[in-house]
Amino acid sequence: MGDFVAYNPSYWALFVEFWQLNDPNAVWVLIGSALLGLSASVIGGFAFLRKRSLMGDALAHAALPGVMTAFILFHANTPILMFLGAVSSSFLGLFLMDWLPKNTKIKPDAAMAITLSFFFALGLMELSYIQGLEVAGKSGLDKILFGQAAAMLPHDIYLLSIVAIIVLIMVALFFQKFRLIAFNRSYAKSIGLNIPFYEVLLALLIVMSVVIGLQIVGVVLMAAVLLTPVAAARFWNQNLPGMLMTAGGIGAISGVLSANVSYMAPAMPTGPWMVVMLFILFVISFLFAPRKGLLSNLAQQRQLRRHVCDENVLRTFYILNERHPVNDKKEHSAIDLGLAFGEEAILAVRGIAIGKLKQTLQRLEQKGLLSRTHDTDGWRLTEMGMFAAMTLTRRHRLWESYLTEQLDMDVNKVHHYAEQIEHLLTDEETLQIEQALAQQGALRDPHGRKIPDSRNHPIQDEVAK
Amino acid sequence: MKAIQNSPLIVDQLSMRYQYKPVLTDVSFQIPEGKTIAVVGPNGAGKSTLLKGIMGLEPTMSGSIKFFGQPLDQKRLAVAYVPQREESDWDFPINVMDVVLMGRHGQLKFWQRPSAQDILIAEQALEQVSMLDFKSRQINQLSGGQQQRVFLARALAQKASLYLMDEPFAGVDVTTEKAIVELFETLKTQNKTIVCVHHDLNTVSEYFDWVLLINARLIAAGPVNEVLTPENLNKTYGGRLSLLNEMTEKLYRSNIDRVHDNG
Repeated sequence: MGDFVAYNPSYWALFVEFWQLNDPNAVWVLIGSALLGLSASVIGGFAFLRKRSLMGDALAHAALPGVMTAFILFHANTPILMFLGAVSSSFLGLFLMDWLPKNTKIKPDAAMAITLSFFFALGLMELSYIQGLEVAGKSGLDKILFGQAAAMLPHDIYLLSIVAIIVLIMVALFFQKFRLIAFNRSYAKSIGLNIPFYEVLLALLIVMSVVIGLQIVGVVLMAAVLLTPVAAARFWNQNLPGMLMTAGGIGAISGVLSANVSYMAPAMPTGPWMVVMLFILFVISFLFAPRKGLLSNLAQQRQLRRHVCDENVLRTFYILNERHPVNDKKEHSAIDLGLAFGEEAILAVRGIAIGKLKQTLQRLEQKGLLSRTHDTDGWRLTEMGMFAAMTLTRRHRLWESYLTEQLDMDVNKVHHYAEQIEHLLTDEETLQIEQALAQQGALRDPHGRKIPDSRNHPIQDEVAK
Repeated sequence: MKAIQNSPLIVDQLSMRYQYKPVLTDVSFQIPEGKTIAVVGPNGAGKSTLLKGIMGLEPTMSGSIKFFGQPLDQKRLAVAYVPQREESDWDFPINVMDVVLMGRHGQLKFWQRPSAQDILIAEQALEQVSMLDFKSRQINQLSGGQQQRVFLARALAQKASLYLMDEPFAGVDVTTEKAIVELFETLKTQNKTIVCVHHDLNTVSEYFDWVLLINARLIAAGPVNEVLTPENLNKTYGGRLSLLNEMTEKLYRSNIDRVHDNG
């Protein structure tokens, strides 16, 4: 591939051409990029979980002088030579990052920064020295700064694919132990696991993934491929195997897309493209993932807000009924909860925007908890609504009693807490509160109001369905 | 100190430091088999450090530790350690069953996965702490007490004879506290030994048979009714041993052990 296709206005034609998969070279690049994205994302997951996210960045930078030194020594750029050079200098960097904090007063983050910048500077010096040499094969070397997938040759991709597959097999083989150490290192040590062995192995796998990524992503941006996929996958999965698979998928997709871009514009560095695509996938995950995504959270919050609003209005109906002269001085079992009230009456007791109240009333009617009275333009509780209102009021007042009786809280301050907890208590928790209260089935709350008894209510079985 | 027959744990002249600060100096004790033993002392007395030193999780300055008469590496499978709950990442993407199965990994070769037999053992362990219903639950959805019971189940799954627990009662609910005490009883009937860092002096005599009083050194060790005297407690919780600590720190800072002969 030469520079002659660097400018071609017909991107669409190239796009189609790429996906016809007729160009064997392009297919190789496609496979290589996908494999790299997959393996780097999976192994990066462990670095992320061990809170060693920046280690990948330092290791990638530390690989640069290895590649350059190998070229200076052997005046050749065969893939295996470059690979071995990069792995050894990465490991040297890793050793330095590990040794410095243990033997000096330097903390790990500073050790990482010192190692990263020193190795990178050394690599750049060697690179400029090489540019001045009259040697064949030096032209591709500067591409490893930002990566250029299109510049890769088939034998580069053979090596990349083999290494990526080895990394994946090793992760599958040692998954249980890696997970154990990442979750609870001291425990892993206590059961006699050979921690140094697994740590060196994990570091080696990270180094290998970083090194094979140099030609596609480049030294500078490699860390993003290790970390962004797993950060995105955290929004989709709860369990580690699923999370690593999602991360691998995201990494592979970004690899495929960058191979595509690199085919359409071969002179363009692939690394930035890959990282931008990963970031887009991350943002999509962050926004749209079910349960943990931003939109899903907003929807849950909206649902909760409606739920609270519904329950507050039901409770207001209970209070309105209770305060009505008809029910004055009646035993609570005899309270008539079927009286009708208009919007103004509700608003007089509970502060709520009128529009929101109308919506809530309609919603409660749809749920069969309220019914509209046609003669007086008001609303009244249905049998089911009465039960719900009683249950809520019971929870509210039991909690108030509990706070004042058991925790000696001020009677005037408990309402505020009860107002929130009433929406969250389950039947079982309500029972626990009843049991904790000194007098079983306390009849009055601290304000002297009756606590309604919704237990054994005839409607209960129906609601339970 | 008179020798105890078949002691599951003998600590002899153990000293530990953090950088140059001495944490424990010259701790020696033996414990009896089939008992519950509390490690008690004020904050910063070195209780957790003692457990970590015994398990080889933190470097020791000097001293020897024998498990059933042998070094740890030969008795690994007989010893189970329950780390402090706060030291773990409870946001880690893993479920309860997988955590408990970790207890089986001491017996698995490096490539092996837990077998059906291991899963059965893990389920029994969960049952013992009444957490079987939670086996598919993600650990970030557990309460503090439930987290503690999962850690205990993991140790039980190791099928060990000696259990070293770091503050299992810290910040747990009543249900969990009861579950732990019942578990102690069950383990004792199987002649298993439990060493447990404990912070609540009020419950020591209720939950434990033996007690080790620690404050930078061993104050006393023995049956609760003999050792838990006002005098010993005063020594444990009374003033710090500033002179001992200062001089030991001076010793460590000088690195004199590198130049002084052992004569």
